[in-house]
Amino acid sequence: MAILVIAEHDNASLKGATLNTVAAAQAIGGDIELLVAGTDCGAAAEAAAKVAGVAKVLVADNAAYAHGLAENLGLLIAELGKNYSHILAPATTGGKNVLPRAAALLDVQAISDITGIESADTFQRPIYAGNVIATVQSTDAIKVITVRGTAFDAVAAEGGSASVETVSAAHDAGISSFVGEELAKSDRPELTSAKIVISGGRGMQNGDNFELLYKVADKLGAAVGASRAAVDAGFVPNDMQVGQTGKIVAPDMYVAVGISGAIQHLAGMKDSKVIVAINKDEEAPIFQVADYGLVADLFDAVPELDSKL
Amino acid sequence: MKILVAVKRVVDYNVKVRAKADGTGADTANAKMSINPFCEIAVEEAVRLKEKGVATEIVAISIGAKQSQEQIRTALALGADRGILVETDTDLEPLAVAKCLKAIVDKETPDLVILGKQSIDGDNNQTGQMLGALAGMPQGTFASEVNVAEGKVKVTREIDGGLQTVALNLPAIVTTDLRLNEPRYASLPNIMKAKKKPLETVTPADLGVDTATRVKLLKVAPPAERQAGIKVADVAELVEKLKNEAKVI
Repeated sequence: MAILVIAEHDNASLKGATLNTVAAAQAIGGDIELLVAGTDCGAAAEAAAKVAGVAKVLVADNAAYAHGLAENLGLLIAELGKNYSHILAPATTGGKNVLPRAAALLDVQAISDITGIESADTFQRPIYAGNVIATVQSTDAIKVITVRGTAFDAVAAEGGSASVETVSAAHDAGISSFVGEELAKSDRPELTSAKIVISGGRGMQNGDNFELLYKVADKLGAAVGASRAAVDAGFVPNDMQVGQTGKIVAPDMYVAVGISGAIQHLAGMKDSKVIVAINKDEEAPIFQVADYGLVADLFDAVPELDSKL
Repeated sequence: MKILVAVKRVVDYNVKVRAKADGTGADTANAKMSINPFCEIAVEEAVRLKEKGVATEIVAISIGAKQSQEQIRTALALGADRGILVETDTDLEPLAVAKCLKAIVDKETPDLVILGKQSIDGDNNQTGQMLGALAGMPQGTFASEVNVAEGKVKVTREIDGGLQTVALNLPAIVTTDLRLNEPRYASLPNIMKAKKKPLETVTPADLGVDTATRVKLLKVAPPAERQAGIKVADVAELVEKLKNEAKVI
């Protein structure tokens, strides 16, 4: 049994979610091979070869694989994937974009966003915004799976010594092209891997007020997130959204500021170890999941918190 | 151009669904049913493209039990021109749904297919991508902006690090994210008019689609419940607790 893990990377380095996905592959059991598909992705491939527990790295370095275009990558993964018992990718926007496409080419019903592994064909995954945990068994010959990173502890990024093999297959479907991107630049940790996350909701009132959260975040080394309401209102960009359809986080501490706690938001953060809620409405549902609740006006409480840290 | 829009009947987003006590499935009996929010955004986008003169016809498709007609009527009231119900009492998996849609795509030859990025019941986020693969069409998933020009569609996508824009040859697939648009409410006259719009019913068998289950649901369970904690009196107590009790700062 061999498992193909699709690495998430930016050609220069591996993204952290790859390490969680390798951990899930280890839990399934079998030889683990990591596919690094990109353009000028030698550095990422080198990093991949060092990941603990990886037997082999497949490098597909071709212009067609730039920017993760699913039309091309899907063809590559479907071709390579035929030889494996499992194909795993992180349940990031990259993994969610390409893996179902590859699965359909293989005539496989993919399994999204697993949070637990019972055996090589039986997995747990949340449905209904995480209000129900389903245990499902795949009857397909190849299991095609996306993995929720927060549910598996990352393997070590160093210590492995995998062999590296070049894949020459160049699949260019020729039906899509990359136009451009606007990536958020931040010195703060990545939301999905940060130890502490501070999120703001509609209660923040505007984007400028998020500055209050950034100050506290910088003292704590925290990432800053937001509820859907805050993103929809245009306070902050979409990549900060925590929730059912945004990012799933499970940090050591999650601080919800001015967030009421809709089901869809809770789905993205209720596996955090310690939850702190600051909200002036003492009836807000967020208090039902918070370990520490403070009923207060955030515009008083957050600056005070900042001064006391 | 012709646009196909897929709409799914799901438990309303305000309903907190629980696992049945016997673990056989989610308890959705008597729950309020609605059009999946992402599908509603898909319909709205199609209607806006028609209002801009880009699209000429919108066909709304739903796959599910007979009652899914209601969601097709909703789409018709919002501005779709006609409906197709693929009627089945089986709860189809995304791959089977994609195969049904592929069969309809072959017959209708649309220029654009717009779907929600995920349904809020199964949370799979697969159908659009699978349809793209089966139909050999490019995909613009998690769209926050859609522009059709010169035989292509430019899609701005919400990705983990920010936004990405891709150009896709037509025909193409678009799956919607939350910020693509804000759906309108159907007006009463439009709801009345929708009742007279054509709605055709077919079955997966008519379309030649095998709907056998590939992924078996063995059981369901509630998630680990969090106990509500304590309320602290002030910021000083909060900081003290976080330092000495939770030891997280």
